[in-house]
Amino acid sequence: MAKELEKEGILTVHICTIVPISKTVGANRIIPAVAIPHPLGDPSKSKEQEKALRRKLVEKALEAMQTKVEGQTVF
Amino acid sequence: MIDRRLKVVHYLNQFFGQIGGEEKANIEPLKKDGAVGPGILFQQMLGQDAEIVGTVICGDNYFNENLETAKEAVLALIRGYSPDLLLAGPAFNAGRYGTACGAVCEGVAARLAIPAVAGMFPENPGVELYKKSIYIIETKPSSMGMKDAAQKMVGLALKLVRGESLGSPAEEGYIPRGVRKNTFAKERGATRAVDMLLLKVKGDPFVTEYPMPVFDRVEPSPPIADLSQVTLALITSGGIVPKGNPDRVESSSASKYGKYDISGVEALSPETHETTHGGYDPTYANEDPHRVLPLDVVRDLEQEGAIGNLYPHYYATVGNGTSVANARKFAQEIAKDLLKDGVSAVIISST
Repeated sequence: MAKELEKEGILTVHICTIVPISKTVGANRIIPAVAIPHPLGDPSKSKEQEKALRRKLVEKALEAMQTKVEGQTVF
Repeated sequence: MIDRRLKVVHYLNQFFGQIGGEEKANIEPLKKDGAVGPGILFQQMLGQDAEIVGTVICGDNYFNENLETAKEAVLALIRGYSPDLLLAGPAFNAGRYGTACGAVCEGVAARLAIPAVAGMFPENPGVELYKKSIYIIETKPSSMGMKDAAQKMVGLALKLVRGESLGSPAEEGYIPRGVRKNTFAKERGATRAVDMLLLKVKGDPFVTEYPMPVFDRVEPSPPIADLSQVTLALITSGGIVPKGNPDRVESSSASKYGKYDISGVEALSPETHETTHGGYDPTYANEDPHRVLPLDVVRDLEQEGAIGNLYPHYYATVGNGTSVANARKFAQEIAKDLLKDGVSAVIISST
């Protein structure tokens, strides 16, 4: 999906746990996530800590959008 | 089993059909009785059980420039011999010849209901076009590989015509058609996996039982200088849908995606949203859907001005076993939507 959106000129960042799959499907900006059942959270943490963690990942995605990349890049 | 000699027709281009070179590439379909050119070698390999009764020849340019007419004319000539089997080429890495062989084999298999076998180098464009519908023996790029190609084509063709069961594409030498067949293995999966791992660790060659499809690549988009001016959209393949899954997005092998209104929605909750994704434990996503779709923090960032605004819909599908073809189709439709509404950046979250 990331690849098809990028083809259309929509910058796309992929936040995902299984980075090799993201690479295989051709995402260009990849943010490694926490775990498969909770990529943007961590149930072992408090609600506040969890939200902070999620915010960090999304901020990283926004940074990736502002970064020039040559080919597939894992942030 | 066979009470008569099998009748075989061989399809060749103008060059192998001994009509001429590129200057004869415009010749219309014609037939010659018996074996011609490489057909002599094929006949030796066919032995006593089968006879090449005729050769049908067509110029490569004529065929490709007059695809339908040429195909019909070639099929009519082939039908005239009432054959049991068709052999085409091998075309090696000759593109026009390969597409002609592919079209002829496909037509013969579908309309004459007899086996047809072609031979091509894997990068011949005829392979991409026809590998799913016909049997194509993998050959070398040039006619240096004629003998080997002929041997494999004849071997496979005789098995097909006799209705014998086929081995894997690698065993038979043909290009995989994407057909899955259940078989019994000597060793159980765990043993095979450990054996494979040991080979890998040692750096020895091994053969995967599940080759990954080859994917193409796309150039990365240029970065966005000022995100405070953009509309950002969220997509997830983690199956976060409104409670009750109104669109019935499947838990695996999704055939659809959902588009859901989040205008004015500040946060998701277990009461409003859930995951429909199979294949992973849904407990955590159902407890807090933000663990898959980060709406809460994106809203915060929107309010703080880090992004211009969040698109009033998000899209959700399920990545579990969903085909690349479906995912591509979803993304193309979503892209149309987003472009229309001026969205220039997307975050996809996947489980």
